Amino acid sequence: MELNFTGTDVCAITGTRSAPETHYDVVVIGAGPTGIAAAIDAAQTGVSVLLVDENPVSGALMGNDVPLYFGGRMTAATQNSQRMLEAIFMSEAALETAMEAGVEVLLSTTAWGVYRNGLGVASLPDQVVGLADADRSWLVGFDRLVLATGARDLAMAFPGWNQPGVMGAAALQMLLNRYDAFSGRRMLMLGSHDLALETALLAHARGIEVAGLVEVRGAPQGSADLIAKVEAAGITIRCGQTVTSATGGIDGVESATLSTGEVVACDTICMAIGLVPSIELVDAMHGARTLDAMRGGYVPAGEATVSAVGDCAGLADTGFDHIAYRMDWMQALSTISADDTIICQCEEVTRADLIGVQPPNYLSRPGPMCARSLETLLADGPADQDQIKRLTRAGMGVCQGRRCRDQVAMLLALEADVPFGTIPLATHRAPVRPLPLKILADWNEPAEMDAAWDVWFGIPTAWVPHEDIGTVHEDEHRQMLYTGMYE
Amino acid sequence: MSGSEVVIVGGGVTGLSAGWWLARSGVKVTVLDKYIVGWEASGRNGGGASHYASPLFDEEQRMWPQMDELLGYPTEHQKERIIIAMTERQWEQYRFVAERHKRLGHPVELLDTKQVLDAVPLASEKCFGGVHYKFGGHANPHRTVQAYAWALQDLGGKIIQHSPVTGFDTAGGKVKAVKTANATYGCDTVVVAAGPQIPQLMAQLGVDIPLAAARAEMIITEPAPIMPIGGVDGHKLYGRQTMRGNLAFGGGPHEWVDTDANGPAARPSTPLARNLARRLAELFPKAAHLNVIRSWAGVIENSPDGRPIIDRLTSPDNVIVASMSSVGFGLSPASGHAVRDLVIDGRCTFADIDMLKLSRFDGLEADWREKRGWMALS
Repeated sequence: MELNFTGTDVCAITGTRSAPETHYDVVVIGAGPTGIAAAIDAAQTGVSVLLVDENPVSGALMGNDVPLYFGGRMTAATQNSQRMLEAIFMSEAALETAMEAGVEVLLSTTAWGVYRNGLGVASLPDQVVGLADADRSWLVGFDRLVLATGARDLAMAFPGWNQPGVMGAAALQMLLNRYDAFSGRRMLMLGSHDLALETALLAHARGIEVAGLVEVRGAPQGSADLIAKVEAAGITIRCGQTVTSATGGIDGVESATLSTGEVVACDTICMAIGLVPSIELVDAMHGARTLDAMRGGYVPAGEATVSAVGDCAGLADTGFDHIAYRMDWMQALSTISADDTIICQCEEVTRADLIGVQPPNYLSRPGPMCARSLETLLADGPADQDQIKRLTRAGMGVCQGRRCRDQVAMLLALEADVPFGTIPLATHRAPVRPLPLKILADWNEPAEMDAAWDVWFGIPTAWVPHEDIGTVHEDEHRQMLYTGMYE
Repeated sequence: MSGSEVVIVGGGVTGLSAGWWLARSGVKVTVLDKYIVGWEASGRNGGGASHYASPLFDEEQRMWPQMDELLGYPTEHQKERIIIAMTERQWEQYRFVAERHKRLGHPVELLDTKQVLDAVPLASEKCFGGVHYKFGGHANPHRTVQAYAWALQDLGGKIIQHSPVTGFDTAGGKVKAVKTANATYGCDTVVVAAGPQIPQLMAQLGVDIPLAAARAEMIITEPAPIMPIGGVDGHKLYGRQTMRGNLAFGGGPHEWVDTDANGPAARPSTPLARNLARRLAELFPKAAHLNVIRSWAGVIENSPDGRPIIDRLTSPDNVIVASMSSVGFGLSPASGHAVRDLVIDGRCTFADIDMLKLSRFDGLEADWREKRGWMALS
């Protein structure tokens, strides 16, 4: 086949991408207090500012624990999107100030990816953030991006945790403070650091019965002031204990059993062991980040173009080692968890299969497979969570690892007997929120995209059947299928 | 050859399969990988196993149905594929492809729209028809690379991860040892199967291997109900439904990139995910509501004609180069066999692979990448 090279590869990405729909000088992701403040500050310098927030998310997504670990304890009020929207304006009064300052505000709008040219990519026309609402997705260019994405709940497995009623403290605070839409009546809290103490006091003040706090360490962990307030409210802190199981029925949790054997009646078990800075967007764009145990986990390294503010930049450093604290909980919960305890809820990966590095149940496990384990894998090299994910599917589900990514890393550190920080952070991938195909789809792509689209490289010689090379069929092949195989 | 030492540079599917085949023949094998086995394109591809263009095709087809049993680990191999036409032009092209397969003796069947929907219930009722490949199939890349690695170990082979190769010791026209930062591995034969890193490695031996690297992307959805045939191409996409039910699909424009001796600096995905999502929503309208939960990219090398290079060099004469030129995963059971033959027998015993020799690029113009427009964007 005589190939006539033109110096251009028509099937390469050059020049075929969709341009961003709009461009702002500053885009702020997250309309909590720090995000709103950052947007107002920017607007007051006279630049164009877009402020987006995914909340209120749809009831269906809340059921999938987006963005926080709601554990199915939302009231029906969360199904009313207009009411939810009003609730946000009521709870964040500064939003109106921002709008008056000229900030464009988009709620129920998810930032699902940030893209820019850099290592491994040079074909983007602009640095862009991908946005989506209930109807469509689009790209917005920016000069400066401010991430104010907050922090999310840290979840940890124990027998029975995979049922409605087990939830996170940040989710509980959002349901109580912002939406007034919490359906539980009597709760047990796990943890006794400030997060747990503050959440317990909030719940108590809102008329929810707090059956107590459970603390794995020998003494309450939070500030003396908060501990005194909790005790004054008549809430007991059970120290040196852990939860060993949750039992329940069709509506979820009905009771928790503690390591002392005590059975505590409750409809909600609130995990207040820790919060994890929401760095999904930073990590998915290959932004630099560092592990800071005092600030809740991995935090963005920070740079001028893409900066982070508020909890996503790291929790307030109070001298408390969050990682050490979580590892104590992990050690305790790991000890009491049976082999069949589910770790990854989406993919139903059990503790035994995770540690055994076993495939899902729909695959056979011949003898050699059964003989493999994390131990044999560790003989080949340090533990890597992405490798464990590939083999066990833990973290591969529709919750995108929000419920299990942190605890799998902790469990690997524990089982491998290495510091938590030596386990590479499992990669985040865009879209960092689940997005339906029809929403993510670019329905307005430029015609050049389709013209350049080949199923695989479009090299005419590559797919000529070897028997046909040098025959009349070779040219037929090229004329029918190229340029662009299959059109 | 039994008892001789072979060092394989690169723990992707090609190197691992070669190591597995060699270990089955009693050869002492050590596979060196810069990070973790299958971490680059071998673990990032569409899992297709239907490479009819290749002289290795018959062996690919013979081996795949046996792989789970031979390896002792699940690969999730599933038989057959369907190509679905969404436009009149695609239908014309796919019928041409079907006729070609019939002429070459590959079993295919043309399907009308109803037959397509029976086999692929998520497909569009507006599709023009499809071509059912009664051959080929797909497997899970992640599981398969690890299965090769484990099976190789079970036969006494060694996998050394986190060990980029830094150089070679040569003497008397042969490579005597392969070096990493921490160790030197003596060898009788070397197999260089390091994907995009092959040119830099082989340059150290004074051999020019013309390869260019590019980045390509895929997306995956949450699980859909399992379809009778999960290996689906068409509408200019390639992909598969995983045994869990997820729809994993790719296709579309690639981006040529520069890589260095340590491999790709990063494998970023881009907003191309939106263009993939659009085509997948059109191919499978009944799945358009399903959530996309990840996108990813991989870096793959191509030779100037897009065909693999599998060759035993003349100088140094104990070096075998294996680059699969962007079709490595599916062909791996066969490429490993070919490399095994080149190591042990000096020639491929089961197929004529002369067309994959490096010498076809003798006299290749120095600016072959520029001529093809295969340069990285600056």
